[in-house]
Amino acid sequence: MIPVAHAAPGTTAVPAIEIRALCKNFGENEVLKGIDFHVDQGEVVCVIGPSGSGKSTLLRCVNRLEEPTSGTVMVEGIDITDRETDLDDVRTRIGMVFQQFNLFPHLSVLKNLTLAQQRAKKRGRAEAVEVARRNLAKVGLSEKADAFPAQLSGGQQQRVAIARALSMDPDMMLFDEPTSALDPELVGDVLEVMKQLAREGMTMMVVTHEMGFAREVGDRVVFMDGGVVVEQGRPDDVLGDPQHERTKLFLSKVL
Amino acid sequence: MKRSTRRRLTQGVLYAIFAAVILFVLLSADWGRIQPYFFNVDVARAAFPEILTIAAKNTIVYTAIAFVGGMLFGLLLALMKLSPVLPYRWLATGYIELFRGLPALLVIFGFAFAVPIAFQWQAPGGSVGAGLIGLIVVSAAYIAETIRAGIEAVPKGQVEAARSLGMGSTWTLVTVVLPQAFRIITPPLTNELVILIKDTSLLFIAGMAIGDRELTTFARDSLTNSANATPLVVAALLYLVITLPLTQLVAKLERHNKRGR
Repeated sequence: MIPVAHAAPGTTAVPAIEIRALCKNFGENEVLKGIDFHVDQGEVVCVIGPSGSGKSTLLRCVNRLEEPTSGTVMVEGIDITDRETDLDDVRTRIGMVFQQFNLFPHLSVLKNLTLAQQRAKKRGRAEAVEVARRNLAKVGLSEKADAFPAQLSGGQQQRVAIARALSMDPDMMLFDEPTSALDPELVGDVLEVMKQLAREGMTMMVVTHEMGFAREVGDRVVFMDGGVVVEQGRPDDVLGDPQHERTKLFLSKVL
Repeated sequence: MKRSTRRRLTQGVLYAIFAAVILFVLLSADWGRIQPYFFNVDVARAAFPEILTIAAKNTIVYTAIAFVGGMLFGLLLALMKLSPVLPYRWLATGYIELFRGLPALLVIFGFAFAVPIAFQWQAPGGSVGAGLIGLIVVSAAYIAETIRAGIEAVPKGQVEAARSLGMGSTWTLVTVVLPQAFRIITPPLTNELVILIKDTSLLFIAGMAIGDRELTTFARDSLTNSANATPLVVAALLYLVITLPLTQLVAKLERHNKRGR
């Protein structure tokens, strides 16, 4: 375990996420071709791009669910590709929300939220339950504490998944296409929870196809294609006045 | 002809065939001759209470020991087979292939006689204990493959979710993967258990004291003593008395677990 230098709130000296020259190959297939990328503390960055562009892989490299082939990934100044880094400790500070929710189907909603608190954060049961109930209330699902995931709609499951990640009191949240597996009428509730998080100043990296969300909530939009960052900037600039042909082509298809 | 009428007619024919076959078997059996040798009330009565207090009890005890032992050892083997360490995988694969390929009877015999001689080793529980170790060794090989399949059937996203929350690999395995894996493999594990109940009858090869006998051995001894096969029929019925409620219980358990899936 190495000592962790926590940046004081408000300082932007240490970026929440800083990625340099990141490459990722799956066998012969080069998915990321030298990505430079950062997310400042308190910033909401939306990553967009066609499927297969490498945006989900980039996100999954941040908490090392994917092992980078080369390059560095720094989270709050800690090199997570360093073998000496306590990865589990860093991961408790990075909340992650998956496209397929990945709730634990054999556990009640409340247990889904308390399990990692007790096992990874070593919180007592009473404290874990209190934190869990607070976060369930936050996503508007207090009454579902004793339900099982299979009894919830997709939108409710995803909100539980967000509450589960928040229960670890993370410094930042990663969203991997959080609304792509949802029926259209359920997307709104999930986006509303995410907007509230953004308003509270949560650092967020969001891989998404929701251009409306990116425009409204994002501080910055990053467009990826073919394993590289093609362009990035303020949402209105990238989405409203794209500079690159590939960006224009993509936006013409999705908007 | 109306569709519903035709369906009723087909079903009626099927029922009639079924009843005819049963009737034919019952009528063609020579009940007069089979009754005194296989369904002799006096001989059956003489088997009690020992067939319950010794034989059925031992069958259940041996099954429980072999199943618990097989599960623990099988889990270890399954984890070895999924280990990133190559020699562990080789070892587990070699073990599983070896003991699935050998008749349980030979393995039990080996553990009861060959192993004690080779290693100057006395099994706890005497020769039956040694035989039980042989049974555990065999059942572990089958159970290991079942557990491995169960672990691999748990979606990868489950592990990713647990790990992304900062849970270590051991806690992830114990609290997230294994509970789901065991739910998935409840039906095949029940199967292993039922097979094991019947395989305890192979323990006779290890040699048994009077009080160690399980159902089949007990019934065979009675058969020899009374020159009458009725004890075998009683033993057969007792096997069913043990297995049928068990499979019903597991089916109920399975329905209960469905709510969490």
